[in-house]
Amino acid sequence: MMRFFSVTVLAAACLAFAGALMVTVWHISGTQAPVDLPGLLVENLEASGVEHPITAVLLNFRSYDTLLEIGVLVIAGIAGISMAKTTSLEDPLLRTSDSLLYALQRWFVPLMLVLAGYLLWAGSDRPGGAFQAGAVLAASGVLMRLGGTPMEFLRPGVLLRLGLALGFSVFLLVAVASALAGDAFLAYPKAFNKPLILVIETVLTFSIAMVLLALFVSAPVNDAVEPEERERG
Amino acid sequence: MIDWLVDSILVLALLSTAIGVLWSANLFRAVVMFIAFGLLMALAWVRLQAPDIALAEAAIGAGLTGVLLLDAARHLGYNRRCGGEGNDQGGASG
Repeated sequence: MMRFFSVTVLAAACLAFAGALMVTVWHISGTQAPVDLPGLLVENLEASGVEHPITAVLLNFRSYDTLLEIGVLVIAGIAGISMAKTTSLEDPLLRTSDSLLYALQRWFVPLMLVLAGYLLWAGSDRPGGAFQAGAVLAASGVLMRLGGTPMEFLRPGVLLRLGLALGFSVFLLVAVASALAGDAFLAYPKAFNKPLILVIETVLTFSIAMVLLALFVSAPVNDAVEPEERERG
Repeated sequence: MIDWLVDSILVLALLSTAIGVLWSANLFRAVVMFIAFGLLMALAWVRLQAPDIALAEAAIGAGLTGVLLLDAARHLGYNRRCGGEGNDQGGASG
């Protein structure tokens, strides 16, 4: 009886929520937006230094958001690494030594590296950009790791720290430099729009790939559970 | 007409994979459902004319999150599952 009652209340709450949501969506779709953002974007696209509106928003008009996003990502990466058992990162033992995976990876990894480069470059005038390129780069790293390629730079040390912090620090450096030069914080100088965005996108790609890969690698490896198994068997 | 058909099939597939993720008792099956959901979601973003988000969803949402979740599911499985299945997996991967 109690269970029936709670299920009824839950269903009623869900229905009420869905109804309120529908009314809100209906209401929002009917009203005119106070500012014509797409129009503003099209008008100012030339000033941004890139041809793709989404890249222009992410790395020029609202680059503050992207800066903070990268900060969050780096913190997540550091947290992931520090949660890891220290042995798993320092352990050079590899996850699998599957020969089929190894053969496949020899075909796939070069292709994926080229794809990541293409996505990074394409970001200036069509869909693509640092996040997508970084994710593809990290995925090729995951494939290499699974296939048994040793990756020394992922062990805790100077290289890992540099890789994690590079994107955020270069981004912040550009932001502070433009603030010191007399412009607003994060307002790139007009003449260097495109090169600056390109540099930032490139370092962001590396850092994003590093963070994602570090998150994957700092997950405990197989041997971490093997002692349990031995006890059981 | 064909657009409506594709969209409604996409919505149905998204809903059914989402329900599959939430209601499956097996963790591994839930993760596989989640990856399928991510790929369908990428298609939905393409249909909404947001190719940038579709790329990010396919690469991060389905790909890397899927890998991390698979890893986590395997480790949870070692602790939760009792008996033969866990040992079988250990034998296959080790």
